[in-house]
Amino acid sequence: MTAWFQSTFLGVELGWFVATLILILMIALPLMLAVAMIIYADRKIWAAMALRRGPNVVGPFGLLQSFADGLKVFLQETIIPSGANKILFLIAPIITFTVAQMAWAVIPFGSQQVLADINVGLLYILAISSLGVYGVVISGWASNSKYPFFSALRAAAQMISYEVSIGFVLISVVLMADSFNLSAIVLAQKGHVFGLINGFGFNPMLLPMAVVFLISAMAETARTPFDLTEAESELVAGYQTEYSSMSFALFWLGEYANVILMCALNAVLFWGGWLPPIDWAPLYAVPGMIWFFLKIGFFFFVFSWVKATVPRYRYDQLMRLGWKIFLPLSLFWVFLVSGYLMLTRYGA
Amino acid sequence: MMQIIAFYLFAAVLIASGALTILARNPVHSVLWLILAFFNAAGLMLLLGAEFIAMLLVIVYVGAVAVLFLFVVMMLDVDFAALRSGFVRYLPFGALLAVVLAAEMLFAVGSWQAGGVQLAGRIAPVHSAASNIQQIGELLYTRYIFLFEAAGIILLVAMIGAIVLTNRPRSGVRRQNVAAQNARRPKDATRLVNQPVGQGVEL
Repeated sequence: MTAWFQSTFLGVELGWFVATLILILMIALPLMLAVAMIIYADRKIWAAMALRRGPNVVGPFGLLQSFADGLKVFLQETIIPSGANKILFLIAPIITFTVAQMAWAVIPFGSQQVLADINVGLLYILAISSLGVYGVVISGWASNSKYPFFSALRAAAQMISYEVSIGFVLISVVLMADSFNLSAIVLAQKGHVFGLINGFGFNPMLLPMAVVFLISAMAETARTPFDLTEAESELVAGYQTEYSSMSFALFWLGEYANVILMCALNAVLFWGGWLPPIDWAPLYAVPGMIWFFLKIGFFFFVFSWVKATVPRYRYDQLMRLGWKIFLPLSLFWVFLVSGYLMLTRYGA
Repeated sequence: MMQIIAFYLFAAVLIASGALTILARNPVHSVLWLILAFFNAAGLMLLLGAEFIAMLLVIVYVGAVAVLFLFVVMMLDVDFAALRSGFVRYLPFGALLAVVLAAEMLFAVGSWQAGGVQLAGRIAPVHSAASNIQQIGELLYTRYIFLFEAAGIILLVAMIGAIVLTNRPRSGVRRQNVAAQNARRPKDATRLVNQPVGQGVEL
């Protein structure tokens, strides 16, 4: 598509620019639609687990509930507290929302179907996801209110702690795949176990890391059991307490976009991304994107399932899990995986 | 064309946010401008083809160091009027530092200009099939292995030093024993009784 645009009157550079803009919209708009549907799915899944019906009034089966909610917040008044730092108060939700979408640039949806096929894709994801904390911290500070501030401090400590172990988990994946490029990581998983099963997660060597990554992803996106940043019994609504209407909605959308991103990363890093689960020719007839979306859907179900089942952690338990269990475990696993690779792949 | 626009955009925002870092009245704003400066520096490195360094800059400085800065600055109640009162007193020292820095920059640029290396050869990244990360890794772990390990040891010493300096053993602290908490079962804490009606409950 880029080549076609470059061949028109736009020329090489402007053509590239227009084509990239269109590609970005092709990812961002379906992503927002997916967020709306996944909020609906989330509410339906909790409802089912609590033996309730969930949203069932707006549209068939309540499918349009998220859009109704969106319209509602859109029509509300934006209230800015008089003591708040006005500019930062309004910038914070924009940061959260933008950062949540930026990371999607390097996610491969199928073979060759990726916006930016860069060498350092995984590092880019790590860099962008480390920015997510700023939206929360700035909103907590700019609100000039106690509970948002507590929440911001909690969020900063929590995200930094879990990023460390996520980093080590990613390193063990990179060692196995021998690349930082996400497409190359997906391709390295082809027939990884017995030359038959696609996915690092099916390798007993990397399965514990897949579990650590899943749990750390929940902590990183501040989902229940780790949603201490918005623990309503302690902090009212956490960093969102002072927000209303669209500025609140941007936080909400950004949060869910981040959750989907983490589900997608789980699929890409450990469960074969757009490859079918088994390396068998007829399964490749199904488009890669379908497999990828199925995996994202499965991991989202796991996220909701955990949210509906597990009670919230205490803050000291959260920190202990991050620093005293996951960090040593993932660090040891980096040694283990590199030692194994030295013995088998590099023949030392 | 696109690269030139991007370069001037990054460079202009970098200089502006660097200036605003020291000019902002509020320390939290200073840190936020500093973060913007880090970002634009990363953008400039991307333009040079050093994508690995750019990503590391964002991960390490923006993702970790600046968060801790922000954390500390948000907690501190810095009185900037008091800090500014010493401005005139420190002015000569600051000016001296500025002169030294400017002189060093002039030297660096001068020797760079005097060298016989082609300008294009200096700015362009090393052309090779190997990626950025691979090249840096090959250099770091072969030729500069001792320097690399020395840097690692210095960081370790600094880390241990920071822990030792800030660790104050306090007595009489009641800690959570998570293992004991996890080992606790319902029968240790609760009692199931079938209390006859009309009699008090034994507590």
